[in-house]
Amino acid sequence: MVETTPTPIDEEVPEAEAGPSVLTRLFGISALGPFIALILVGAFFTLKSDRFLTGTNLSLVMQQTIEVGTLAIGQTLIILTAGIDLSCGAVMALGSIVMTKLAVESGVNPILAIVLGIAACVAFGLLNGGLVTFVKLPAFIVTLGTLNIAFALTHIYSGEATISGLPGAMTWLGDTFQIGGTAVTYGTVVMLGMYAVTWFVLTQAPVGRHVYALGNNPEAVRLAGVHVRRLLIGVYGTAGLIYGIAALLLVARTQVGDPAAGQTDNLDSITAVVLGGTSLFGGRGSVIGTLIGALIVSCIRNGLTLLGVDSIYQVLITGILVIVAVAVDQLTRRRSR
Amino acid sequence: MAHRLPKSRRSRLLIASTLGVTLLLAVLAVGSSSAAPSHAKAAKAQVIVGLITKTDTNPFFVKMKQGAQKAAKQLNAKLLSAAGKFDGDNASQVTAIENMVTAGAKGILITPSDTKAIVPAIKKARDAGVVVIALDTATDPQSAVDALFATNNYNAGLLIGKYAKAKFGSKPVKIATLDLSPARVTVDVARHNGFLAGMGNKSATASAKGFAKDSRIVCSQDAAGDQAKGQTAMENCIQKNPDINLLYTINEPTALGAFTALKNAGKDKQVTIVSVDGGCTGVRGVKAGQIAATSQQYPLKMASLGVAAVVKFAKTGAKPHGYTDTGVTLITNKPAKGVPSKSVAFGLANCWG
Repeated sequence: MVETTPTPIDEEVPEAEAGPSVLTRLFGISALGPFIALILVGAFFTLKSDRFLTGTNLSLVMQQTIEVGTLAIGQTLIILTAGIDLSCGAVMALGSIVMTKLAVESGVNPILAIVLGIAACVAFGLLNGGLVTFVKLPAFIVTLGTLNIAFALTHIYSGEATISGLPGAMTWLGDTFQIGGTAVTYGTVVMLGMYAVTWFVLTQAPVGRHVYALGNNPEAVRLAGVHVRRLLIGVYGTAGLIYGIAALLLVARTQVGDPAAGQTDNLDSITAVVLGGTSLFGGRGSVIGTLIGALIVSCIRNGLTLLGVDSIYQVLITGILVIVAVAVDQLTRRRSR
Repeated sequence: MAHRLPKSRRSRLLIASTLGVTLLLAVLAVGSSSAAPSHAKAAKAQVIVGLITKTDTNPFFVKMKQGAQKAAKQLNAKLLSAAGKFDGDNASQVTAIENMVTAGAKGILITPSDTKAIVPAIKKARDAGVVVIALDTATDPQSAVDALFATNNYNAGLLIGKYAKAKFGSKPVKIATLDLSPARVTVDVARHNGFLAGMGNKSATASAKGFAKDSRIVCSQDAAGDQAKGQTAMENCIQKNPDINLLYTINEPTALGAFTALKNAGKDKQVTIVSVDGGCTGVRGVKAGQIAATSQQYPLKMASLGVAAVVKFAKTGAKPHGYTDTGVTLITNKPAKGVPSKSVAFGLANCWG
């Protein structure tokens, strides 16, 4: 029954069959535009700088995408259900402070400290989900509240102090291994793995289709016999888990617990999601698009620095791109109606 | 439904291409306008210097960047610049360091937003053979960078403290301090304690950790160096103790905010305000009599010395090292006996922002 609900997936499948192209098969139609944009950005910087298209630099771009890129996976899940999460960066910062402070200052076993840090993030995810589901508050308001709560807890618990001297168990994800002479961090691999798993679940597993359907027509999903509340809480809880892993990846990358981390990550992750072609109205989009969206922002920042252009232009271009991306979403919606 | 598909497909392709073209235009526009001055061939021979400031918006860092640009032009070096999105934004600074090392920078000048958190990224850059100089703010530990070009903030505080002591003489003082933030970073502690030391407090030494205790202080608030927050903080301080007659502020925006609060309460004549920074707005505040005296620092000098040091390193291999004091000057139109100071005219000629 659910499979016959008119989700965008169902709409896209006959299209892909009508004109089977590798790209659309791989990314889904919604990620095609962003993919072209990324290629154009890459081509532009490759022409302009001989340092852009090198293994070392591309590895660097991936590392610089880890923080926002990982958070954006959770953000995508929530936006697909027509929600939004303003708390993601603050929750990640809290998770990173919990794990580093427990390990360094309280002498907790590093692995246990990591688990507790991630658990704190999951707890915040479940809190968000619970408030959205049971108290029926808008996600925007709920996460605006938890954004402030998590931010305050981070600063209270850390005493505003940066925590350094981390145990190796926390930083090894920032270590590198060689692929064809290029040093790649383990954290990059973890992030890409998370994208792969999320992509698989969203497109291949029934629960993934339910998530899309929830953003399109929650009533139809309920009538189809899906436990909507459990599904929604599950989505927010999973997002919390993803933020927890993002916290670990961030700590591994910067080798410190930084209470000031992640302050603009909520909007940055929403930017990545929107640039990736996912609709803010829910139900349409792909997580691969989000990865591409995050990479577009990182490539522009990296490329402009290589060209010696002020970083403020990256912000300018990102702003233009966001408007273009949302306009594209609106236009396609109107036409397909 | 089937008849609709080709149409929607066409429109999506159309939109995708529009997106691509817009993007390309945007990137080209920015790329060509900003990359134009540096000719591709000349760039190869040029020494590349990176400058990373805390933010793009604070006039202090704007002046710093101007100083670096000017020095880079004189020395035929190429300047790359980047900044955090907000004060305390470590992640953006780490990213900027990595990108500048990849861009082939010989040296990086940085005002660290988070003095501790930035250290691992600096170490990686130095391991890659790049010389790193901290400007304005020391890293924690200071030895994480090759050299530090900065104001001695303790001396900056000491000057205004001595000035206030000379002005008040044996008159009883009730002090309010408007400080930076609960994090108590070095600059916050050094200026505050320097001021107290100038006021004769023996425990406020340059090496003291945290704020020294002083019974003359009747109100202490954190205002984040912000004018609006400075006003709010001072309003609360006046409520707490209406007899305050001496005010120290971490910087001039805070002082000007506090002055507004004092004026609204009709207490602007009873309180002497001393501050640190030397920004043009602040010096004009001294001229207008809102601020009695301020310690002026020189961001332009930090940046130009930094660029020169990197160029020297690139040409001779000699690395800069240790701490270079870029100096402070007391600016006031009401000099105090025994405390050297310069006039507002001098202050305006050398101010930033």
